[in-house]
Order: sequence, then structure tokens, then C-alpha cells
Amino acid sequence: MKVLVYAESWNGSFKKSTFEAIHYAAEVAKLMNAETVALSISGTEDHAQLGQYGAQIIKTIENAALETFDNQTYAEAIIAVADEMGADTIIISNTNNGKAIAPLVAAKRKAALISNVIELPESISPFTIKRKTFSSKAIAKYQTHSDKKVITITANAFGYAEGDSSASVESFDFTPQETTPSLTSLSVDSATGKIGLTEADLVVSAGRGLKGPENWGMVEELADALGAATACSKPVSDIGWRPHSEHVGQTGIAINPQLYIAVGISGAIQHLAGVNASKNIVVINTDPDAPFFKAADYGIVGDAFEVLPKLISAIKSHKASI
Amino acid sequence: MNLLVCISHVPDTTSKIAFTDDHTEFDASGITFVMNPYDEFGLTKAMHLKESNGARITVINVGLSATESTLRKALAIGADEAIRINAEPTDAAYVAELIADYARDKNFDLIITGRESIDYNGGAVPGILSVHLNLPFVNACIGLDLNGDQATLVREIDGGKETLQGKLPLLIAGQKGLVEEKDLRIPAMRGIMMARKKPLTVIEPSEATKQTMVLNYDLPKEKEACTLIDPDQVDQLVELLHREAKVI
Ligand SMILES: Cc1cc2nc3c(=O)[nH]c(=O)nc-3n(C[C@H](O)[C@H](O)[C@H](O)COP(=O)(O)OP(=O)(O)OC[C@H]3O[C@@H](n4cnc5c(N)ncnc54)[C@H](O)[C@@H]3O)c2cc1C
Repeated sequence: MKVLVYAESWNGSFKKSTFEAIHYAAEVAKLMNAETVALSISGTEDHAQLGQYGAQIIKTIENAALETFDNQTYAEAIIAVADEMGADTIIISNTNNGKAIAPLVAAKRKAALISNVIELPESISPFTIKRKTFSSKAIAKYQTHSDKKVITITANAFGYAEGDSSASVESFDFTPQETTPSLTSLSVDSATGKIGLTEADLVVSAGRGLKGPENWGMVEELADALGAATACSKPVSDIGWRPHSEHVGQTGIAINPQLYIAVGISGAIQHLAGVNASKNIVVINTDPDAPFFKAADYGIVGDAFEVLPKLISAIKSHKASI
Repeated sequence: MNLLVCISHVPDTTSKIAFTDDHTEFDASGITFVMNPYDEFGLTKAMHLKESNGARITVINVGLSATESTLRKALAIGADEAIRINAEPTDAAYVAELIADYARDKNFDLIITGRESIDYNGGAVPGILSVHLNLPFVNACIGLDLNGDQATLVREIDGGKETLQGKLPLLIAGQKGLVEEKDLRIPAMRGIMMARKKPLTVIEPSEATKQTMVLNYDLPKEKEACTLIDPDQVDQLVELLHREAKVI
């Protein structure tokens, strides 16, 4: 038996969420007494490193037709490898690309799709597993009797560890079918050098309490000092102070970093839905009755314009001391 | 142009989520249901296309009779026709297959869904539907421009966006950006009156397969009381984040 995991790469290199997915797949494979096969498409990094996270066999596809991401052709490639390896369980990261492929793989293989998974399966037969629902306001235990399944896992929910096991790297011949309905990529516009919000360990987020876009310098400075990604509340992105891609919450991106620092955000239920799975929450707000304090681990009742400069210098001296 | 907009009927975003005593079912008592926020962006986009290019908009929902309020709202906003497939939407594969069975011979030029519904957040129906109908699929779509049957699409990627080119027919799963928040349509009185005369057709479900079921639900663990730090002692916060939380 085999568990197949799609080892997503971005501009050739692997993401942290990929290591997490491989580690997760290897743990699922242990429960199934199965082998872990990782598939890398157009990755240019050293593939053997994926062995450290638990992959035993690494299949690589190099084909000019797959140089740029296309959800249909990538789904087909994953299916081709799964068919050849006899892998009934497929693990995919819940990234934007992962979410664009997983339903296609599931539907084409007539497999059950269970997305937003946060834990290892509780039972393999019948297959029972927990996933987030109601915009992270609840957790649901799902069951499927289908032999074939596609699981997408939430970033940062599972973590990973590096081991020293080795893996064999084998190339896989794959040519997309002409009949696949496809699209042409014209351009990719990515904020290079920035830390991706979904897989960031640390996130600094700010809301309407910051009064205007001109005040985001200190938010970015705090994020830089920490090595954190930046996020914002919905009204802040609606009025255009910050890009839509930073909007977290029930109708934005759901995140669960190790640390979430919320500055000048009231903590409305819709905001909390997207961030309350964060392991540690720090709230900085002038209003001691702001609902966010109820969801916080650490709180400072104070004015962001006074607290942030102090916090930035405290973080910088802490960083300098270690 | 012939447009299909898939609409899901979900608990209002302010809802406190609760379950029946044995935790096997969502407790809908006291909950207000609304149109899924992602679908509002899709429906407004459809209205823009109708006004600029001329189009007929069909909205579809898989659900029991309680969802008709949401379909009526879509008609009041400007959809021409509503379809309700009379089944409980308990599984994404099942819902997608039911919609596919309806849509297969209708020659839709464009199918618009939301990126996910905010209750079960599966993000599965749009992609599965695209496979059944053999259509190109753009997830997390934040921009669409049509020139005849040529489409320029923008999708969100991790840390950025990608511009794609394609040809109708196709299927997109939309979100904010497809239209702006401030442009979202709400029903006007005239629309509400006109909606009463528009067709809302109920059809019985075809034979479709369910892949998953929910055994039970739980709420996330409650947080313990928050540790308050004096605004003049931010060093203490740094110390706690380092020693106690071990995150810096
Ligand atoms: C359908 C729907 C979906 C939604 N989805 C989301 C979502 O996904 N994400 C989201 O974030 N919101 C969402 N919302 C909006 C949500 O209800 C709140 O309106 C929003 O989160 C409030 O943003 P805010 O906290 O930045 O602003 P406000 O509520 O205005 O809060 C500002 C806070 O800043 C504090 N403050 C003011 N000055 C200072 C200062 N100098 N220093 C420190 N603190 C200060 C204030 O005390 C206040 O608590 C949604 C709403 C609806 C209706």
C-alpha cells in the first residue's frame, strides 16, 4: 500500500507547508502500514531532502508542459502517479494551489475529499478524521467508507520534524492529454521576499485602530523585527489601506500561526473565526472591554502609537541578546 | 450569455455555533441564515456581466425549502430564474453531482460559485462540478474580464496573484476582488416586487453518491484568562513570549 503526497514547490523551491504535508503523509502511512511516495512537479531543488520529512520514494516529473502551474494538468499528473503506484490515499497541502487541485483529483478518481484536516486520522477503517468547520468556530469528525481519499491539511496545524531517513528519487514520465480543459498563464505577480501569510509562524496584524495607511510603518517594522508576516482586519482591506491578500478572518484567510499579534483590532466574531486557532494571541488595544481580550493569551491595554515603538525596540534588543 | 450562479444558504457570520446535545447535529435554532458571502460577490459579478454584455442569470441551490428565502433574495437582486434541488446538502461530492446533472444540457457559458461556503468550508463543490462538466476551473478568482468568449482571469496565489487566459465556457470560484465590497448588490423594493413573478422551480434530486458523513462536532477549546501586561513594561511581554510561549 502507498500514500501519495504532492510536494508542492514554488519557483522551484519547496515550501514549509510541503514538509508538513510529507511529514503528515508519512505518519498516515505508518498507521496504514504503507509506504510514503512524494511527487514533485518541476521542482529544481534537491529532491532527496524530502526523505528527511518521511518520504521513502520521491517521484519527479520534468516536462516543459508542466513548468507553470495548471490545476488540470497537475491533477492529471498526480492521478497518473497514484494509479501507477496504487496509492489510494493522497495528501495535498491546503494552499491556494492545493485547493485548486484537490477537488479535481478527488472527482476524477471518484475519491472522497476531506479538506481542512487538522489531525491524524482517528481510525483508518472506517476512515475517521477531524477537520475544521464553521470557519474555525467548530471541529467536525468526518467518516468515509470510500477506499480512495484525498486529504488536504491545514498549514501549521500539524508541524513537522526532520529525520535522517533516505529516499530514492525516481523520474516519472508524464505527458498531459490534449483534451484536458486548460488555461494559459499570462503572468504571475508575487510579493517576493515576503513571508507567506498562511504558512507564517509569526503574524503581526492591525485594524482600524491604526487610523490610516500612513501608520503601517510601525506595523511593518515590528513584523520585520520578528521575522513575521503582516495581516489586517477586513475593513482595513475594504477601504484600501492594505491589500486584500492580507485580510484575515471568516471571509478572508484563516490562519493558525504560533504567534498572532493583533493591534487596534476589536475582535469581532468574524475576525476571531479566522485567527483563534493561533497558538498564542497578543492583543494591543486602548479599550479594556474590546472582545479580543477574551480570546487573547497576553494583552496590553494601551495606545498602539505608544506601545508599538517600545515593543519594537524591546524585540530588537531581545534579538540582539540571543 | 447564459450564466449559472451557485448559491449556498449559510448561518450569518455573527452566529454563535452550537450543536444538539449529543453533538451530532448543528443547532439551527435562533440562527439567521443568509446568502453565503462569497456567493454575493459571484452574483454581483453576474449582474455586472448582465448589464454590460446582456445575460440570463440562473441561480441554483441544493437545499430544503428553508433556503428559498436566499434564492428569492438572489431574484430580487436581479437573477432571472431560480432552481432549488430539493435535497439536504450534506456532502460536497453529492451537491456537485446534483448541480452537474441539472446543468449538463443547459449550455451555460459561465458558472460562478463561491470559493467555499462559510459553514462547512469544504471548498470542494466548484472543483468537483468542473470535472463533471469538463470545464476549466479557476479557484479563488479575484478578477474576470470578458471579450466575446475570451476570458482574462485573475486568481489568488499564495503571496500574490496570477493572470490567466481562457475561453468560455468555464467555471470560476470567486471571492472579494471579483467585485469590490462596496459594489455588492442588495435588493431594492422594485427588485423585491419583481422577484415575486420570477420562476423559482423545485426539482427532485437525481441519483447521486455521497462520499462522507459527519459523526459529530466539537467546539474549539476555550482560552484561559489573558495575562495583562502594563503598557510601560513591554519587556515583560517579550520575556513571556520568549520563556513561556517560546515563540521568539
Ligand atoms: C459578512 C461579514 C463578514 C466579515 N468578515 C470579516 C473577516 O473575515 N475579517 C474581519 O476582520 N472582519 C470581518 N467582518 C467585520 C467585523 O464584523 C468587524 O467589523 C471588523 O473585524 C472590525 O475591524 P477592526 O477591528 O479593525 O475595527 P474596529 O471594530 O473599528 O476596531 C478598532 C479597534 O481599535 C481600537 N483602537 C482604536 N484606537 C487605538 C489605538 N490608538 N491603539 C490601540 N487600539 C486602538 C479600538 O478600541 C477598537 O477595538 C465581517 C463582517 C461581516 C458583516
